Amino acid sequence: MKRLLTTTAIALAFCAGAAQSAKAEDLTLCWASWDPANALVELSKGFEAESGHTMNFEFVPWPNFADRMLNELNSGGQLCDLMIGDSQWIGGAAENGQYVKLNAFFEENGITMDDFIPATVTGYAEWPKGTPNFWALPAFGDVVGWTYRKDWFERPELQAEFQEKYGRELAPPNTLAELKDIAEFFQGREIDGKTVYGAAIYTERGSEGITMGVTNVLYNYGFTYEDPANPYHMDGFVNSEGAVEGLEFYKELYDCCTPPGSSDWYMSQNIDAYKSGQVAMQMNFAFIWPGVEADPNVGGGKSGYFVNPEGPGGHFAQLGGQGISVVAFSDKQDAALEYIKWFAQPEVQQKWWESGGYSALSAVVEDPGFASSQPYAQTFLDSMAIVKDFWAEPAYADLLLAMQDRVHDYVIAGNGTAKEALDALVEDWTETFEDEGKL
Amino acid sequence: MSATSVTEPTGRVKWIAGIVVVGYALVTLIPMVWIMLTGFKTPSDAISYPPKLVFQPTVEGYVNLFTTRTRMTPEQIEGLGPAENFAQEIVRERGMVIVGASRFGERFLNSIIIGFGSTFLSILLGTLAAYGFSRFKVPLTDDLMFFILSTRMMPPIAVAIPIFLMYRTLGLSDTHLGMILLYTAVNISLAVWLLKGFIDEIPREYEEAALIDGYTRFQAFWKVVLPQAATGIASTAIFCLIFAWNEYAFAVLLTSGNAQTAPPFIPTIIGVGGLDWPAVAAGATIFLLPVLVFTVVLRKHLLRGITFGAVRK
Amino acid sequence: MTDKASVPERMVRATPPGVARTVRGLSDRALAWLFIGPTILLLLAINIFPLLWTIYLSFTNYRANRFNRDVEWVGLRNYERVLTDDDIWQAMQATAHFVVWTIVLQVLIGFTLAWLINAKFRGSNFWTTIIVLPMMLSPAVVGNFWTFLYQPQIGLFNAVVGFLTGTDPASFEMIGDVDLAPWAIVIVDTWMWTPFVMLICLAGLRSIPAYVYEAAEIDRASAWRQFWTITVPMVLPFLMLAVLFRGIENFKMFDLVVQLTGGGPGSVTELASINLKREAFEKWRTGYSSAFAIVLFVTVFGLASIYVKALNKVKER
Repeated sequence: MKRLLTTTAIALAFCAGAAQSAKAEDLTLCWASWDPANALVELSKGFEAESGHTMNFEFVPWPNFADRMLNELNSGGQLCDLMIGDSQWIGGAAENGQYVKLNAFFEENGITMDDFIPATVTGYAEWPKGTPNFWALPAFGDVVGWTYRKDWFERPELQAEFQEKYGRELAPPNTLAELKDIAEFFQGREIDGKTVYGAAIYTERGSEGITMGVTNVLYNYGFTYEDPANPYHMDGFVNSEGAVEGLEFYKELYDCCTPPGSSDWYMSQNIDAYKSGQVAMQMNFAFIWPGVEADPNVGGGKSGYFVNPEGPGGHFAQLGGQGISVVAFSDKQDAALEYIKWFAQPEVQQKWWESGGYSALSAVVEDPGFASSQPYAQTFLDSMAIVKDFWAEPAYADLLLAMQDRVHDYVIAGNGTAKEALDALVEDWTETFEDEGKL
Repeated sequence: MSATSVTEPTGRVKWIAGIVVVGYALVTLIPMVWIMLTGFKTPSDAISYPPKLVFQPTVEGYVNLFTTRTRMTPEQIEGLGPAENFAQEIVRERGMVIVGASRFGERFLNSIIIGFGSTFLSILLGTLAAYGFSRFKVPLTDDLMFFILSTRMMPPIAVAIPIFLMYRTLGLSDTHLGMILLYTAVNISLAVWLLKGFIDEIPREYEEAALIDGYTRFQAFWKVVLPQAATGIASTAIFCLIFAWNEYAFAVLLTSGNAQTAPPFIPTIIGVGGLDWPAVAAGATIFLLPVLVFTVVLRKHLLRGITFGAVRK
Repeated sequence: MTDKASVPERMVRATPPGVARTVRGLSDRALAWLFIGPTILLLLAINIFPLLWTIYLSFTNYRANRFNRDVEWVGLRNYERVLTDDDIWQAMQATAHFVVWTIVLQVLIGFTLAWLINAKFRGSNFWTTIIVLPMMLSPAVVGNFWTFLYQPQIGLFNAVVGFLTGTDPASFEMIGDVDLAPWAIVIVDTWMWTPFVMLICLAGLRSIPAYVYEAAEIDRASAWRQFWTITVPMVLPFLMLAVLFRGIENFKMFDLVVQLTGGGPGSVTELASINLKREAFEKWRTGYSSAFAIVLFVTVFGLASIYVKALNKVKER
C-alpha cells in the first residue's frame, strides 16, 4: 500500500513537473527596430534564464514596420509568436482574429488591467474602446511631448529681451499661443554665430507624421473625432469652428517658425534638427528623451522637457506607444503567454524602465523615486495623464491616409483653406465608414 | 569641331572634350564622396549645421553598422569591467554597450547570393534565348520579343500581391531561390534584348563554317559564338547585377528574416532616436563595393563589348 | 533541368551527314524551342500568371486584409472609379512630368558625354568608369541619402549651390517646395541614370565604322553635315533603345521617389507607383488597386508598342 502510494505520488509529481517544464520553445517577438527594442533584448535574457525558452527577435524599422507586420498578420503568417504592434492596429487585429484575446489569461494569472496606467489600457489593450475586452498588455508607453534648449532659455540677454517684448518670463509655455510666441522669438535669431529657428514640428507626408503632429494642436482647439452621442457622425465635430482654427494655427506655426526645408519631417528629422542646434524646441515622442540626455551637444542638462501646451479647447497630447500581444496563428501560444506573464511582473517592469523602456505599470510610474529618476520622468507622467489617440478602427489605415493627404495638402502645400480641408476629410471618413458598414 | 577628320579629332578638341567630361565626372562624384566621408564622421558631425568638410574621422559609423547596442547607466557600465576591444570602447563613450552583431552581415550575404545567383541565371537563359531568336527562324519572333519586353512593364508593386500569395503557397516566400527566380524573370527581358543585339552583330559565316566542319549546332554556339559575344555578355551581366543587387520594392515586400537583402535594411538603420547617418553611409559604401569591383574587373570587356561594330566588315 | 545540350547533339550525331546538311538549312524547330523554352516558361510562371490573377482581382472588391469577407464580382466598377478619380489623374500627371523631363535631360547629357568620350582623350576610359559609378547604387539608398543632401541647413546641395551662385542656402528648399520638388526628383534620377544612356550611346557611336566617315570626308562633307547625316542616324537605334528602357523604368519608378519625398509635398510628387502602393498595401483595396495596375500596364504597353514599331523601322534603315 505504502509503495503504491509512493509510486502514485511520484508519478503525479512527475506529471505535474512535466506539465510545468513543458518543452523549451523558440519564441519570436516582433517589434520595430529602435533603441527600446535593443533594451528589450537585454531584458529578455532574464526570461530565457527563468523559463528555458529561447527568444528570437524580428525587428523591422519604423518606416516599414506597419507594411511588413500587417502583411504578416493579414496572411496568417507564423513568423511572430509575440507582437508588439502599434496601438492603432488593435481594432483590425481584434476583429480579424489576428490577436489572442487575453481576458481569460489575465484572470488565471492574477494580472489586472487596474495595475496599468488607464490611458495605456484604453489605448493599447482595449477593443472596442471603453469595454473590458483586452487584446494586449500595455508594453511601452509613449506620448508626444516637447523638448527645448534650456541653455538658450537661461541666457540673460534673451530673457531680458523676451521679458520686454512679451511681458513675461522666457520659460516653457503653458498654452499653444505662448509656444508660438517663443517660436517666433527664436526664428531667425543668431545664436553662437548660426541662424537658428523656432521649432521642429511633425510634417511628414509618407506614413503618419503630420497627423501625429497636428492632432496635438487640434485636440486642444476642441477637435473631436465624432459626436459622443452618435458614433461615426463627424460633421460639426471634425470640422467644428475650433478645429478649423486649430488647423490654421498649425499652418501658421509651420509657416512662421520652422526651419527651411522642414516639409517632410518626422521623428528622425526633428531629432537631427534639434541636435544640430537648428531649433529651440522640438515636438517629438517621449522615447527620444534618453537619447537627448546622452547627446554630447544638447544633453547633460542643456535640454528641458515640457508637456504639450494647453489650447482654448482642451489639454491633450497625442498618444504613441504599443502593447504586446500574442499572435493567433502562433502554435506556441502557451510559451508566448508565459512571456507576457513574466513581462507583467513589477520587478521586470521596473528593470524595463531602468533600461530605457517606458513602462506602463502604475506601480513603476507612481513610485516616489520615479519623478526624480530622470529629468524627463515628470514630464512623461504629466503627458501620459492627458493622452488622446487616433482612430483604432479596423479601417484605421484608410482614415489615417485621408488625414495625411488633406492636412499635408493644406498645411505644407498651401492648397485651399482649413475649412475646406476638414470638410473634405469628413467626406473621406464618411465614405470609409460607409464602406465598412458602420454608417 | 574643326572641319578635319571626325574619326581622329585634333589635340585641341580632345583637350576640350577631356575638360568637360572630367568636370562632369567630378561633379557627379561629389555626392558619392560625401557619402563615403559621412561614413567616417560621428553622428553629431554628420548632422552638423552647416555641413562640415573638415572633421575628426572615426570608425563609429562602421561599428554601429555591424553591432546592436543598448543604453546602460554609467554605474552599470562600470560594473562590466574594462572594454575588450576598440569597438567596445567607442560604443561605451556614448553610454552604450554592444549586445550583439547586427543583421547587416546576413543581409549583405543574402545580397551576394541572390544578386550573383540571379545574374548568372539571367545570363544563362538570356544568352540561350537571344541566340535562339537570332539564329533560328522562330515563328512570331518580333511578337515574342515584345512579349518578353512587356513583362518588364508591370510595376513591381502591382505584381507583388499575387506573387506573395503564390510564393506562400509554393513555400518560396522569403527564400533565396524565390528571390533569384523573381529577379531573373525581371532581368531576362533586358538580357534577351541586349544580347540579341550583340549576337545579331556576329556574322553567321563563322558558325556556318563551323557547321560545315561538322560541329553540332550547340558546339557552334559554345565554341564560336559565345567567345565573340563574351564582351556583350559582360556588359549585360553588369546591368543585370546592378538591378538585382539594388532592388528594393520586391525585397521589402517579399522577404523578412531569412532572405532579406541589404537595400531595405540600409535606409532604416536607426541610431539614437533618429537615423544613424554614419552607419547608413557606411552601409551604403560597403554595399557599393562588390558591384564596383565587378564593374572595374569587367571594365575592359564593358567598354570593348560596346565596340562590337569592329567585328563588322 | 534536362540536359538540353546532349539532345540536339545526339540528334545531330545520329543523323547521317547528308541529311544533316539538309536539316541544318531549315529552321531546326525543336532546337530553337529548347533554347528559348526555359526563358518563356520562367516568364509565364512569374509574370503572366500574376498578371492574369491581377486582372481577375480587378473585377472584384477583394481586400487582402479581410479574408473573412466574401469576395464579390463588381464588374467594371473599379475601372470606372480609377478613370474618374482626381488623385489618379494627379498621379499620372506627376509621373508624366517625371518621365518626360528625365528622358530629355538624360538623352541630352548622356549623348553629349558619349560624343565627347568618343574623342578618346587621354584617360577617357578611367573617367568613363567614374561617371558610371552613380548607376551602381541602390535607388532606395540614393533616395534616402539625397534627403540628407537636400536639407537646407545640414545638407550639401544647398551649400554647394549657395557657394557657386551666391544665393543664400537657407532661402530655398528643394524637397519641401511645391514647385521645386518635382525638379528635385528629376535631378536625382538624372544624376543616377545618365551614365546608362551614355554607355548605350557610346556603343552606338563606336559601332559606326571609320570608313563611313572617311568616305564622307573624301566627298568634302563638313563636320556638321557628317554629324547629322551619319552620326545621328546610326546612333539613333541605340538612343531609342536607351530611351525605351529608361522610359519604362521611370514610369514604374517607386523606391527612389518614395524615399526622397514620400510623394509630397501634398501629392505633388506622388507618382503612379506610389499611389498604387498606398492603395494596395496601406489601404488594402486590392481590387481597386489591381484595376489601377492594369490601367498603368495597358498605358505603358500601348505606348511601348507604338515606340517599338518605330524603333524597328529605324533599325531597318
